[in-house]
Amino acid sequence: MRALLILLASTLLTACAGPQLRGTGDLGLVVERASGRVTLVDTTHRQPYGRIEGLGDLSHASAVYSRDGRYAFVFGRDGGLSKVDLLEGRLVKRILQSGNAIGGAISQDGRIVVAQNYSPGGIKAFDADTLELLSEVPAEYAPGKFSKVVGLADVPGNRFAYALFDGGEIWVSDFSDPRHPATRRYPAGRQPYDGLVTPDGRHYLAGLFGEDGIAMLDLWQPEKGARKILENYGRGEEKLPVFKMPHLRGWSVAQGKAYLPAVGRHEVLVVDTATWREVGRIPVRGQPVFVMARPDGRQVWVNFAFPDNGRIDVIDTLAQEVVHAFDPGKGILHMEFTPRGEQVWLSARDDNKVLIYRTDPLERLGEIPAEAPSGILFASRAHRIGF
Amino acid sequence: MTKQSGRTWLKRAPLLAAPFFFAASAAAVPELSAGRRAELVHLVRQDCGSCHGMTLQGGLGPALTPEALRDKPAESLVATVVGGRPGTPMPPWRQFVSEAEAGWIVQELQAGFPP
Ligand code: HEC
Repeated sequence: MRALLILLASTLLTACAGPQLRGTGDLGLVVERASGRVTLVDTTHRQPYGRIEGLGDLSHASAVYSRDGRYAFVFGRDGGLSKVDLLEGRLVKRILQSGNAIGGAISQDGRIVVAQNYSPGGIKAFDADTLELLSEVPAEYAPGKFSKVVGLADVPGNRFAYALFDGGEIWVSDFSDPRHPATRRYPAGRQPYDGLVTPDGRHYLAGLFGEDGIAMLDLWQPEKGARKILENYGRGEEKLPVFKMPHLRGWSVAQGKAYLPAVGRHEVLVVDTATWREVGRIPVRGQPVFVMARPDGRQVWVNFAFPDNGRIDVIDTLAQEVVHAFDPGKGILHMEFTPRGEQVWLSARDDNKVLIYRTDPLERLGEIPAEAPSGILFASRAHRIGF
Repeated sequence: MTKQSGRTWLKRAPLLAAPFFFAASAAAVPELSAGRRAELVHLVRQDCGSCHGMTLQGGLGPALTPEALRDKPAESLVATVVGGRPGTPMPPWRQFVSEAEAGWIVQELQAGFPP
């Protein structure tokens, strides 16, 4: 076993002199959406150290990590599920699990990887070791009618929460028995487009596209059902067109407040997580896509939908306003903080670069070439609920 | 929703260059410069792709492949691109593409979109 580890470590492309053991806490991957490839990166040295090809259509791809932080499970748009070894820098296994997928999640105990699918709509559970299919839950919300599934999140108790875009419901599937999941359904509202679970795993929020507001389910008391919050945030106002759907994923809970993208408005909504009431709105320079809190919660970074997708606004959560507004590159699709938030990495799709910034004081530290980069996902996600 | 008349688009489309607009229809596809075509291909693959998939096999929005669009009238698809479909996530793109350009996009989609 020891010999094997040494062998693995020595294959790392870090140009080291001798065999060297290695953790993955500062590693991660960048999805190169157009080329079906991921680039492996080291955030300590701010360098790429490997590339893995042949992962299929990676538009909208995302990844989750095994609980030891060694393996990434990459979900492709074409239904591909790829298991990547960050230490050996290689593809371990790849399966085609559906026709059209949108992401996935990993269970609390790390043994089940679940993919969420648009068509055929539903979720599928796989053994994290072998990628063997364990079970599936078709999103059949009415006889013969299947819904696209969005906003899949792992929640404590080996359960998964997700929302049905066409069905207008939140479902919670319990995989305590991985081959026989038990599912409960909660009416949510019109056209949920994405979901998130709060960092403590207690509340699941599903953003609604078809009406104003957000559906919220208290997972500690699910019998109370989903209730609607922020119902009035846009009443009577004309909505602006939305050229890209906002994402709720990412820790946007900071200092007792949740920061959420408004739909059809150039605003970030601020909600008190004790009362779940709106306590503010922060004007920003476009339709927000990702609204992500730095791990310490002092800053919230916002990127935008087309045509404002070259911009970044940084909100100071103490001042409750935008303190940095800058245009770092073309097609800023995603951002990821290092585990303690001293750096943020931004993907600039149309510049074919990943940009690295220090967050405080704000300063550009460098860049890494990547072909049409989209998602940036660091291995520190392995230890967070909802990632 | 897709049955808007050409007149409605015209009223709602102040950004269109008028002569260009009258010269073109969904059927008679205009001469676009190579540069503009490349921009439109990028727009469709990347920005339409965020909902329809970069390979246009579908996502939150339906597939925009030749098979999927075969039996659909080009004019109504052009109307969808320009004016969006209220009540669905499909937004109106008239600020960014003229009706003539939308006609070119639809023609290419129906024929098999360039990479
Ligand atoms: C924010 C998501 C989104 C974006 C971005 C988007 N679409 Fe759509 N589109 C949709 C949805 C959803 C539908 C289906 C509407 C319905 O239910 O009728 C649709 C429908 C269509 C249709 C009609 C298809 C059919 O079979 O009737 C066409 C054509 C189309 N879109 C083209 C485009 C083009 C071209 C772009 C980019 C310029 C684009 N879309 C960008 C969401 C989107």
